[in-house]
Amino acid sequence: MKMTMPNSIGWIAAAACAAAGLASTAAAEDAKAAKEQFIPLLVYRTGPYAPNGTPWADAKQDYIKLINARDGGVNGVKLTYEECETEYKTDRGVECYERLKGKGPTGATLFDPQSTGITFALTERAPVDKIPLMTLGYGRSESQDGQVFKWNFPLLGTYWTAADVLVQEIAKREGGFEKLKGKKIALVYHDSPFGKEPIPLLEERAKLDGFTLVKIPVTAPGVEQKSVWLEVRQQHPDYVLLWGWGVMNSTALKEAQATAFPRDHLLGVWWSGAEPDVKDVGEGAKGYSALTIQYGAGLSKVQKDILKYVYDKGQGTGPREEVGTVLYNRGLIIQMLSVEAVRRAQERYGKGKPMTGEQVRWGLENLALDQKKLDALGFGEMLKPLGTSCIDHLGASYARIQTWDGSKWVAGELYEADQQIIKPMVRSAADAYAASKNITRRTGQDCQS
Amino acid sequence: MNATSTASDASGALMLYRENGQFKTSYAADQQLLPIAQDRWFMVALIAFCFFAVPLIASDYVLRALVIPFLILTIAAIGLNILVGYCGQISLGSAGFMGVGAYVAYNLTVRVPQLNFLVVLLLSGGSAALVGIAFGTPSLRIKGLYLAVATLAAQFFLDWAFARLPWFTADSPSGSVSTNPIELLGWRVERPVDKYLLVLGLLCLLTLAGKNLSRSHIGRSWMATRDMDVAAEVIGVRPIVAKLSAFAVSSFYAGVAGALWGFIHLGSWEPAAFSVTMSLNLLFMIIIGGLGSMVGSFFGAAFFVLLPLLLNRIPGMLGIDLSTAMKSHMEAMIFGGLIVIFLAIEPHGLARLWAIGKEKLRIWPFPH
Amino acid sequence: MSSAIVARLRQHWPVVLLATLLAAGLAAPLATGVATTGFFLEVLLGGLMAGVLYSLVALGFVLIYKASGVFNFAQGAMVLFAALATARLAEHMPLALAAALALLLMIGFAVIVERLVLRPLVNQSAVALLMATLGISTFLEGFGQAVWGNDIYRIDLGLPKEPMIVGAQRFAGGILISREDLAAAIVVGALVLVLGLFFQKTATGRALRAVADDHLAAQAIGIPLNRIWVIVWSVAGFVALIAGLVWGSKLGVQFSLSQVALKGLPVAILGGLTSVPGAILGGLIIGVGEKFAEVFLGQALARWFHLEGGGIEQWFAYVLVLAFLLVRPEGLFGERHIDRV
Repeated sequence: MKMTMPNSIGWIAAAACAAAGLASTAAAEDAKAAKEQFIPLLVYRTGPYAPNGTPWADAKQDYIKLINARDGGVNGVKLTYEECETEYKTDRGVECYERLKGKGPTGATLFDPQSTGITFALTERAPVDKIPLMTLGYGRSESQDGQVFKWNFPLLGTYWTAADVLVQEIAKREGGFEKLKGKKIALVYHDSPFGKEPIPLLEERAKLDGFTLVKIPVTAPGVEQKSVWLEVRQQHPDYVLLWGWGVMNSTALKEAQATAFPRDHLLGVWWSGAEPDVKDVGEGAKGYSALTIQYGAGLSKVQKDILKYVYDKGQGTGPREEVGTVLYNRGLIIQMLSVEAVRRAQERYGKGKPMTGEQVRWGLENLALDQKKLDALGFGEMLKPLGTSCIDHLGASYARIQTWDGSKWVAGELYEADQQIIKPMVRSAADAYAASKNITRRTGQDCQS
Repeated sequence: MNATSTASDASGALMLYRENGQFKTSYAADQQLLPIAQDRWFMVALIAFCFFAVPLIASDYVLRALVIPFLILTIAAIGLNILVGYCGQISLGSAGFMGVGAYVAYNLTVRVPQLNFLVVLLLSGGSAALVGIAFGTPSLRIKGLYLAVATLAAQFFLDWAFARLPWFTADSPSGSVSTNPIELLGWRVERPVDKYLLVLGLLCLLTLAGKNLSRSHIGRSWMATRDMDVAAEVIGVRPIVAKLSAFAVSSFYAGVAGALWGFIHLGSWEPAAFSVTMSLNLLFMIIIGGLGSMVGSFFGAAFFVLLPLLLNRIPGMLGIDLSTAMKSHMEAMIFGGLIVIFLAIEPHGLARLWAIGKEKLRIWPFPH
Repeated sequence: MSSAIVARLRQHWPVVLLATLLAAGLAAPLATGVATTGFFLEVLLGGLMAGVLYSLVALGFVLIYKASGVFNFAQGAMVLFAALATARLAEHMPLALAAALALLLMIGFAVIVERLVLRPLVNQSAVALLMATLGISTFLEGFGQAVWGNDIYRIDLGLPKEPMIVGAQRFAGGILISREDLAAAIVVGALVLVLGLFFQKTATGRALRAVADDHLAAQAIGIPLNRIWVIVWSVAGFVALIAGLVWGSKLGVQFSLSQVALKGLPVAILGGLTSVPGAILGGLIIGVGEKFAEVFLGQALARWFHLEGGGIEQWFAYVLVLAFLLVRPEGLFGERHIDRV
């Protein structure tokens, strides 16, 4: 009986595993250099959402490299980073969070989970670990209420502002809100927390404006959509809103083409309007419009700086052609706001010192970027001035419509979301969350801290 | 035996793992779980170590990221091992049953907050068992590979139910649920150490129960069904009782594991947390660990939890700088490769290696 | 009705029940007026064509199971790998050449699998072999993406993307037929023909059928088992390549392409794992069943139970297979399995 060979391999393997396991559990000693700000980067570069997640991740890294190379860090404090692959899965996201939250001299600066699902999971942990979550353009829509969600920052847009702007665009195309009465709008959405988020607002608007909302979920990852679009054909909606991510977007456009649904009646959220979604379909997606958070594709001042200080020195994270694409630019905006939060925190807690998560949270809550500052940063063309406060963790709620002309995105009109409808909904949802978690609304003194 | 014992007297000091001198005087003593005294001492020491020493030496991160998922996955693996290893019914739907346990537990804590969490666990395990019986009924007619595909029907149906039926998520509009920390008779289970102790206690109880079940009349009927189900039926083992009880017990374990996974490990989850990937991972665990063996479930779960972390650290330790994407791909490649290698070297899994090791230890320092 | 016929029907009541339920389900949308005739035909045709595409993937399963008794869970990963190889190579050379190179890669893969996986595991249980193919699947997915990348890549077969609308006069809105799917269906038909000729007319094909029938007897008459397995996996690789080309052209080549295997699985099981015509018929049944369930049953459920409708497709295919298996436990055309003590 061959007992010797498998036996010894088994013992050697077991011993190796045990040794490596013990070694790996020994916490890696970080170089406790005094003047470093650690920024964890939760990314997904593999899996069905990789084509959209990769440019976002590349931009975040590139911006950090730019700040270090061009400015020498934030008031002399160098930025360090580490990437962790989440594959868009909640449990891996939580694992990455646990692993990275304590790194660096002052712990993690903030987390941008790049996923609504992971955001939901981390919303429970962030207050305990005192690390803010920045969820620009995604996450929980009610977290714009900073009095309840002290540690969540859905800057510049939530799914409710996005849905509202889309309805505004449809109203404009039809010739006014009154013309919406009797129309049918279908929502083709990713069957996940991300996809379901806009539904409450759309239902509210459907009641207000008198249109019918048809909800058609797409099972993740959204690679099988034939029946979805057969159903769309049966329903004959006037407009279809696409709420997808990753491979679901390009598949939707291909199926729309295959079922002859007019692409100019197809509107996408800002996560469904980037080059990976339409490049493949090319001419077949001509006329498709999507939202973008204030700025779409293009090379503005900051991208040129990145090309000069990072790519020309061979330090670029991704391919050069990626710089200036829609999702890349969004990643830049996200990282810029993170860095500005650190800078703002330093103004109060000590210039030139690394900031803790708590201090960065204050910085995020007291952002005040006017046109001059944005110009200096190189984002003058890209963003409108924005400012956050205790109750308003949103900052601004502009969104721009852009249309694909077959080979590139063409920027269109800029809208602002109608907070009159959104604010009461946010209030009641936040109150419900606060009740279920025994959180008291922050007021007065606590709001200033 | 006599010849070896005279030879062993000479090197008596080295003979650690011997049954010499351990005579049993009653049937009960003969049929104990651990008949060899050294085994009993080892087990007592191990349990004491786990309960008292580990909380002191392990960091919060190790507990949260390594030990707790390992313990919870072991519970699920034991459940699946009962079904696949002891009863021979291939099931690819175990994650669905875990999900049932998790969602029922969530519903109970939200709608009936006064219930003791242990009662909640029992009820969620029980409901998972009922669902398991329902989806296990096809096993009376369908066998082998075809049954595996039938259990996939259970998995995908449950996936859909969690996402679609608002009752499951207590009408949460986003489909994502989040739980509050558990309170057990005044003990607030919040810190990693608390969670660890709770899960460890439950695991010990469930392992004992499972081991005893496998040695009992019911366990023997499972094994008879696995080995030759027609012959078993001929000698009076009723297949409906054997198979459905295996599904029930297995799903009970899966339900409890699912509730623990959701409440203790994840804290907040959406339906995708209990997808077919988790089912396949559980199957990996028990195959690598060893089918039809309790200790195999432990080995398999440990292998599965440790491997990604090792794969993450080793390139760094060797000084190779890989991008996160490449690390992820290497992890998949090595995982897949190791599965094949293990199956080629030792198809009966790590448990068999362990058993061989024990055999060797019993006659050490003699080679045979 | 003649009593003999009634007696036969009573004897085979599960089959009758199933057939009645399915027929009722099929006719319901038309009978209750939920769907216009035109739309009904559209869904029917769409389902048939989707089914043909599923059977393309199922063919890979059937081929390997037939010849070596191994249930190849890695078929989806093979489809993905072949499609990735073709798409990436096609960036530097004409598509036909890229496809040919991809085929060579798949043959190489078959050789490696036979040597490193099948030979060491030659007498293991079905579960162990299933797990081994799962391991291969994980490995191949990681390897493919590590080598070829994670983006969405394009395969341009030159198929027309715009649909054609027929019968616009007879039916309101006309019946939509996807030209791409139609072309794919023709490709599958051609493939089945080629495979059929291969198995019937060539010596290798006959040797494959001999091995599928009885390994030991085939070995006894001198058929080299190892070489046969390489050939079988290569043919399965070829089928995977065709599937990859067709599906990749439809959906774009990306990681999720390996999910189509989860659609091919129930089809292969339904047809009986050892039957090629079974795979085709199973595909048609699943394709139609799925689309009908998603479009009509889903809406019905949404209306009656106020659910958010949809998402039924995936589990319905498996439940359909389950229902068939309860009636015929070995699939439609599978070999009757006789349990002996």
